[in-house]
Amino acid sequence: MQTFDYARPTTLAEAVALFEAHGPDARPLAGGTDLIIRLRDGTLRPAVVVDLKRVAELEPSIRDVGDSLVIGATTVMTDIAADARVRRHFTALAEAAAVVGSVQVRNRATLAGNICNASPAADTAPPLLVYGAIVVAFGPGGARRIPITEFFVRSGVTTLLPGEIVTAIELPLPARPMGAVHLRRTRRRGHDLASVTLCCGVDEGRVTRLAYGSVGPRPVLVVDERGVLADPATSEDAKDEIFERMFADASPSPRSMRASPEYRLAMLRLLGRRALRTAIDRSATGV
Amino acid sequence: MTRKIPIQLTVNGRARTIEVAAHHTLLDVLRDDLQLTGTKECCLVGECGACTVGLDGRVVDSCLVLAVEADGTAVTTVEGLAVDGRLDPLQEAFLDRGAVQCGFCIPGQMMAAQDLLARNPHPTIEEVQEGLAGNLCRCGCYEQITEAVLATAGEAE
Repeated sequence: MQTFDYARPTTLAEAVALFEAHGPDARPLAGGTDLIIRLRDGTLRPAVVVDLKRVAELEPSIRDVGDSLVIGATTVMTDIAADARVRRHFTALAEAAAVVGSVQVRNRATLAGNICNASPAADTAPPLLVYGAIVVAFGPGGARRIPITEFFVRSGVTTLLPGEIVTAIELPLPARPMGAVHLRRTRRRGHDLASVTLCCGVDEGRVTRLAYGSVGPRPVLVVDERGVLADPATSEDAKDEIFERMFADASPSPRSMRASPEYRLAMLRLLGRRALRTAIDRSATGV
Repeated sequence: MTRKIPIQLTVNGRARTIEVAAHHTLLDVLRDDLQLTGTKECCLVGECGACTVGLDGRVVDSCLVLAVEADGTAVTTVEGLAVDGRLDPLQEAFLDRGAVQCGFCIPGQMMAAQDLLARNPHPTIEEVQEGLAGNLCRCGCYEQITEAVLATAGEAE
């Protein structure tokens, strides 16, 4: 591996000062499951790697804060998938966290890292979009709250400003109970990246929120505000029409090694319908 | 010259103080500095699990952990499984079931299996498969490996 310097700040102010001093030559390190691969293959060549795991303000945590659940930046997938509150109120996020990588990867990989890496295939992105998560960032300009819908730009690029890091992800408790599910398609069972990753949520008012990834440069959220999709009286033809409009933003790469665009679009349609049925069932049973 | 950073960690119960380069992984340090070559280097991207070790009670791919990140932690490797020259029941089961062909993936498989059984002493076959999904075996000994893990769980009753 190329050489770099290593910094281990213990306060947020110290961490931000490092990013200000080094600019793009500093890279944040949380779980390292993406970063270390890119340090090794040379696609990233930072002068200094800033380890955030000893920053007091960023300790692993999942906290109840009034009407939100707040997941700290260094909280790993294993702990998110196992947390009773996440499983109860944000079931689809727990499901997504439980299928990221392998046991070994989930023991290191963080939710904040997953979204900052901004892979279009990130499994936690669709549930975060469906649940209307807020990304809390801190940088030279202070703290900033970014709706997750305004966070992803394209693979590896987010709307974080220079020197800004994610300190937490807020999950507002849904105003109306919502049933939601995360589904994905992989080439093989077990440890693999998703060819399609998708989350569907249906609330008591029959509003359907559908988010999908790995079929374009960034994950997409679409909402059926009128409640037509989740209405049992809606015909299958009418549902098909809505689904087709919802999937209009899918533009899978023809150069991907994981799956052809045709296969991905076919699986997107299949998983979308499947997820809608499960989300409706769960909204009825209050899961 | 590369700056060396002093770190302290416990490896298989033994306290160690060493100096590491920032760009060396825990895997590099275990194999090259501590001569614990049971942990294997293979894919280096967190897909194969050959480098699996325990880090503060959780299994990780040591190729994706910088050695400096392990400062202050307790690391367990396959060398820590046998006690006083006596094999761990898991190691015995791998031998009994013929789960080892070329053997290269086995240290990682056993570390992942030991972790699974610690969290879930009586796993189903599906839980074993999921628990070991991060460990690949090019010889294709998955059936025997799964059997060995289930047998170890059974014997522990």
